[in-house]
Amino acid sequence: MGFFIEVVLGGLFAGVLYSLVALGFVLIFKASGVFNFAQGAMVLFAALALVRSLEVLPLPLAFMFAAGLMILLAVAIEFLVLRPLVHQAPIILFMSTIGIFYFLEGFGQTLFGSEVYRLEVGIPADVVFVLEETFPGGLLINTFDIWAAVIAGLLVAGLAVFFHSTRIGRALRAVADDHQAAQSVGISLRNIWVIVWAAAGLVALVAGAVWGSKLGVQSSIAFVAFKALPVLILGGFTSVPGAIVGGLIIGVGEKLAEVYLGSIIGGGIENWFAYVVALVFLLIRPQGLFGERIIERV
Amino acid sequence: MNVVRPVTAGPGARPAEAPDVLLAADSVSLSFGGVQAIRDVSFDIHRGEIRSIIGPNGAGKTSMLNVINGFYKPQSGTITFKGKSHHSMQPHEAAASGIARTFQNIALFKGMSTLDNIMSGRTLKMKRGIFWQLIWYGPARDEEIENREFAEHIIDFLEIEHIRKVPVGKLAYGLQKRVELGRALAAEPELLLLDEPMAGMNLEEKEDMSRFILDVNDQFGTTIALIEHDMSVVMDLSTRVVVLDHGVKIADGTPDVVKSDQAVIDAYLGVAH
Repeated sequence: MGFFIEVVLGGLFAGVLYSLVALGFVLIFKASGVFNFAQGAMVLFAALALVRSLEVLPLPLAFMFAAGLMILLAVAIEFLVLRPLVHQAPIILFMSTIGIFYFLEGFGQTLFGSEVYRLEVGIPADVVFVLEETFPGGLLINTFDIWAAVIAGLLVAGLAVFFHSTRIGRALRAVADDHQAAQSVGISLRNIWVIVWAAAGLVALVAGAVWGSKLGVQSSIAFVAFKALPVLILGGFTSVPGAIVGGLIIGVGEKLAEVYLGSIIGGGIENWFAYVVALVFLLIRPQGLFGERIIERV
Repeated sequence: MNVVRPVTAGPGARPAEAPDVLLAADSVSLSFGGVQAIRDVSFDIHRGEIRSIIGPNGAGKTSMLNVINGFYKPQSGTITFKGKSHHSMQPHEAAASGIARTFQNIALFKGMSTLDNIMSGRTLKMKRGIFWQLIWYGPARDEEIENREFAEHIIDFLEIEHIRKVPVGKLAYGLQKRVELGRALAAEPELLLLDEPMAGMNLEEKEDMSRFILDVNDQFGTTIALIEHDMSVVMDLSTRVVVLDHGVKIADGTPDVVKSDQAVIDAYLGVAH
């Protein structure tokens, strides 16, 4: 029993990491109807900026530097990529984010180097045993994972309120639905895009800091981020809570599958299990668990 | 169609002193590549009137509205709104200066509820910056409540209480048109541009919509520019009518004048050129 719970907990914590990355995707999808292929590269870029500036700056300043850089990046993306593509179909914007992905991945490593960097942001990473009375031997938990979960939770609560109950949140959703109509009620597309890309950039920074501390900052982070895709299909592309729940389900699901199914059908399930779950979900509930209902009038 | 116009202070009953010009288009020309959509068109809209823009399909009516609210940049000419002239504006600037509009093909935020759509029309009335929005407490929240009250007022006015929480994508066409009018009204515009508000409606829905337009003009004092194909509606509602054909202005005046104008009759019935 203790082992089962340990596996579930391990899955939940892995899920938190997926959720953090998925959040960035959701933000941009909500505000532009575009799947931002570049989110993973943004996570890498932010993490690289953070880890390299830490070599010369104290932690708070390094965070501010990286955050500033992500905001600057948002402004640049709006100006150079999005502005010339106003009123284009989402698929065209999607294509442009593929371009941004490759650019950022290369540019980030050109600027900051392409080795594997150890990131130390002061989150305690001690291994502790808890509930030793209930389970024989107790449960093995890393305090780092708990901190990551707390950070993700705070981020989500903030974003959920922001999107649902504020003027800017509503403006973001309005822009996602219809560019022209949004402009006609006085919403400036440019401001909204900068805000949303900056927010996605800051989420990427948080995700990059957490991922980077765990795995080291390296180029593979950009690709691990694609695990967020099945998370989004599960949770719904437009839902902030969905990104979290989706991440947790995927995290737990793949760990359980690896441990309990792996012995039957062979190991390595962890690598593809999430995508199979996503595929099944697409067949049953294409909008995801929490996504906006797809309304089609004929 | 019979729409009973209120006898009191309707726009038609305005005294004949020097009119207060709210918006003037001066020699506006617009082309897309080789296609000349609008050719040297000038007209004005007086404060408080219902000004219709009519003409056959492709006459440049919608293009004219798009120039006024900034979606299109004319190649030449100026738009003077509230005494300020400019060659072109960004759409959100036009909205900020008091111009709201509806669209020929409904452009609502389909995933959002009726209430949220109308609240989105209040965007410019809500000033609290991103900081207050982020903490969502104090001023930003008070502001939200205050604006919600106005939105409810609009909802009452348009008699759409029953669909307040329904995502607009699910609504019937006529109701969507009404929600779109509500969103435009929520901005408390000085000039309201209506692009075929009655297209595709049945007689009863048209009568309802006509009544709303007259009430908006009467109760809120909103100046209205209206594009409509139903001539009986146009003749009933309008204070003055401007007629476009192939991008050129061919007539301008009261409904009675326009109705009997030979060029207008030719444009509508078609004559051998």
